Amino acid sequence: MRDTVMEYETSKVLKFAREGKRVDGRALDEMREITIETGMSENAEGSTIVTLGKTKIIAGLKVDIGKPYPDNQDEGSISIGAETLPLAHPDYESGRPSADEVELARVVDRGLRESKAIDFKKLCITKGEAVWVGFLDFYALNGDGNLFDAGSIAALVTFNNAKLPKLDKEGKIILHEYDGKIKLARQPLLTTFAKVGGKIMLDPTYLEEKASDARYSAATTDDGFISAMQKGVGGSFTLEEVDYMIDKAFEIGDKIRKQIKQVK
Amino acid sequence: MDRKIDYKKTKKRLDGRKMDETRPLSIKTGVIENADGSAYLEWGQNKIYAAVYGPREVLPKHSADPLRSVIKVEYRMTSFSVPQRKRPGPNRRDQEISKVLGEALSRAVFVEQFPNTEIGVYVEVVDANAGSRVACLTAASVALADAGMPMRDMVAATGVGKAYGELVIDLNKDEEDAPDAVDIPIAILPNSEEIVLLQMDGLLTRKEWDAIAKLGIKGCKQVYEIQKKALVEKFELSEAKGKSQVAKEKTVKKKTVKKTVKKVKK
Repeated sequence: MRDTVMEYETSKVLKFAREGKRVDGRALDEMREITIETGMSENAEGSTIVTLGKTKIIAGLKVDIGKPYPDNQDEGSISIGAETLPLAHPDYESGRPSADEVELARVVDRGLRESKAIDFKKLCITKGEAVWVGFLDFYALNGDGNLFDAGSIAALVTFNNAKLPKLDKEGKIILHEYDGKIKLARQPLLTTFAKVGGKIMLDPTYLEEKASDARYSAATTDDGFISAMQKGVGGSFTLEEVDYMIDKAFEIGDKIRKQIKQVK
Repeated sequence: MDRKIDYKKTKKRLDGRKMDETRPLSIKTGVIENADGSAYLEWGQNKIYAAVYGPREVLPKHSADPLRSVIKVEYRMTSFSVPQRKRPGPNRRDQEISKVLGEALSRAVFVEQFPNTEIGVYVEVVDANAGSRVACLTAASVALADAGMPMRDMVAATGVGKAYGELVIDLNKDEEDAPDAVDIPIAILPNSEEIVLLQMDGLLTRKEWDAIAKLGIKGCKQVYEIQKKALVEKFELSEAKGKSQVAKEKTVKKKTVKKTVKKVKK
């Protein structure tokens, strides 16, 4: 029954696409409305809820003291995880991270990491002994497509606002006391497109993703760099299409960065 | 924690509450659009999302019950909801809590009306400070009602127990860490006072238990009032929305009527 409904809905998306339209009335290159809220979790060193249309996700950062890797004695580290909770959509399942979740987390991670926005050397506490280890996890609360961009915004805002724990004389974390922030050198953001019925759509919904042949994301920075790209799903893009999407990604990225600047 | 703290002397609790005072509790329905029913709950520092999907097909099929719907609860915590990062994925504690919460809710819902189906109840803790399981049960119950599930009653829950020499309701983390702490999650169907969840660890005398049971039931009933309020608000809101919708339609109609009148005149 659900499959039949799904088939009907996706065929509608395709029919609209052929006429250059979208089911929700947006232009092909129009983003859904974004809202950003921070600081909901008191136990987290930073937390953010982002809504992107009906998509809603929560991200949180936990920071702990760890040993540096043998080949990077004076560098801390971060890792990013993503979960599509069954709470957020009837099609999401619990259990081991699916390939989709792993890809989602890794693409958001790469956009941030490869932009060198975070200087891992600044996360060093004592060379060779103690460094800051950050775990940023984000969870879908309501899934309606494009978790990539929602996750990327949430991750960036969380790091922008994160506090580092205060240490006592023995170098142990004092709970709920903070000292300093993680300074970001630039502001990387992902922008994601789907190819639906031969048309390029910015910020695809869940149904548009279901109806799509291919997906493309680019991470752009405020100072003109591309820091990550990812093409997904079976179909393909022409070089012209990729070039168009990169230009659009910079334009949209700058718009969202402006909105992020207002967030406290 | 400081061993010198004595609630018998201070008469007040570490966070200033009275012994029988619950932390501030608020509940909102309809927060997760994809779900058939949902709720967001704040109880002190605890913050919880609950979503209900179903009744729907059971997967895997062999776990279906030909006589009733199976309520499948998944209690989870985000990695950043606790001071020390929690590893993602359910641990043994999450699994046990999921089980007892599902059993508690099964008594409230008329599960026999939906044989061979599953009702998925997902609760996610995004910030925690003691008492998250009773907060989740309270939120899940509201989400089930929000989904329009036929129920014989709500499930109202609270923590109750002992800390620093006094019997207290709704222990916070500092109290859970007291040397004499006893923590008892309890849930009832408020109208029949049937107990549907009860767990305990610690040391209690028989007399203390009698007082605690009374305190717990009183606490659950307070929670029940807030659950009802959340549901009433939901219907008041939708009613108000409905009215404004009707008003809008009326003005639209008037306009179209005027246009047609003009056309006729022409």
